[in-house]
Amino acid sequence: MRLPLTVAMTMSLMFAQAGAAMAGEPPEFTLVIKNHTYSPSELKVPADIKFKIRVSNEDSTPEEFESTDFNRESVVLPNRSIVVYVGPLHAGTYGFFGDFHRDTAYGRLIVQ
Amino acid sequence: MPAVALLVFREVLEASLIVSIVCAATRGVHGRGMFVAGGIGLGILGALVVALGANFIANLAGGAGQDIFNAGVLLSAVVMIGWHVVWMSSHGRELAQHMQAVGGAVKSGSRSLTVLLTVVALAVLREGSEVVLFLYGMAAGGIGAAGLAAGIALGITGGSLLGVALYFGLLRIPLKHFFSVTNALLMVLAAGLAATAAGFLVQSDLLPAWGSQVWDTSHLLSDDSITGKTLGVLIGYKARPAGIQIAFYLVTLALFGAGMLWQKRALSVRTALDGLPGDSLPKLSH
Repeated sequence: MRLPLTVAMTMSLMFAQAGAAMAGEPPEFTLVIKNHTYSPSELKVPADIKFKIRVSNEDSTPEEFESTDFNRESVVLPNRSIVVYVGPLHAGTYGFFGDFHRDTAYGRLIVQ
Repeated sequence: MPAVALLVFREVLEASLIVSIVCAATRGVHGRGMFVAGGIGLGILGALVVALGANFIANLAGGAGQDIFNAGVLLSAVVMIGWHVVWMSSHGRELAQHMQAVGGAVKSGSRSLTVLLTVVALAVLREGSEVVLFLYGMAAGGIGAAGLAAGIALGITGGSLLGVALYFGLLRIPLKHFFSVTNALLMVLAAGLAATAAGFLVQSDLLPAWGSQVWDTSHLLSDDSITGKTLGVLIGYKARPAGIQIAFYLVTLALFGAGMLWQKRALSVRTALDGLPGDSLPKLSH
């Protein structure tokens, strides 16, 4: 079975590349979930570079940080935080929401 | 209640589309109902375990545990589907002929059934664990038991109905082409799962994005619409794919294609060596 080996080698090569790209650590921005809402509800982030969003859940119930505009989804357990890498994105406005509380948990990234 | 129904509906829809394609792909195989039911049961059990262990999973690999776990589940399903697709590429025609001859179930392909049971279980586990976490939150948030139960029932019914509709739609395909179609459907389904897996690894920076949004068709069809979600499962539609997701999609298709060719060639060589009439298989020249 040479195929799985080739796949594994390609994969590890790509992981190594991702590691190298991390050399200049991307800037981090924070979103807090409380009472099933995001604060800030508008987050300003730089265009055309990769950045991190730390989502911190201060509620006692789980939430799913999700965006179809910039393609991210990650469950945030109660009183915990997660980090997702986003971008580089072109300048513009990108919505995000909490999949478990869509009626109250939503906000936008202002990429500029 | 509407919020519960909607979320449960979306997750059940995704799982039920996968299950119905698997059901169609194992049409005529003896005992597949048991296998599919078993897969769903195992998946629900797995979803509960995953939800209970969510904290443990989240802590793994320096916080990337959730993404690695999701990608792992998806890629396992891709490998399983690949196995089935390659196997069917040489046995599908045989299966269809048997079915036409005896007009019913055939007692072959149980190995492939086990593989597809795993796919069903993985699909249910992945969507189900999210539902469990959500419902836990809703229950803790003080929604009444009646509202919760009604929402769950409505969501499951709606999601499954669409899956059932797809299944009966597929059954209308003439038997002659049936397994070619289900095989092709499984291939694009798996390619889409691989692309989704790549997305999880990009979001925890374990893979480069190779362009975070290579194109944008969200104004035509958004990922969040029912149609977008359905096509997202069936053919891996993504309104704004990352470059690496496109690569994973294409590599999956290429690997499956290569496996099918290899399997056909191996089989035709064996048939020639045995001196059997290889009437049901295309001959490849060497």
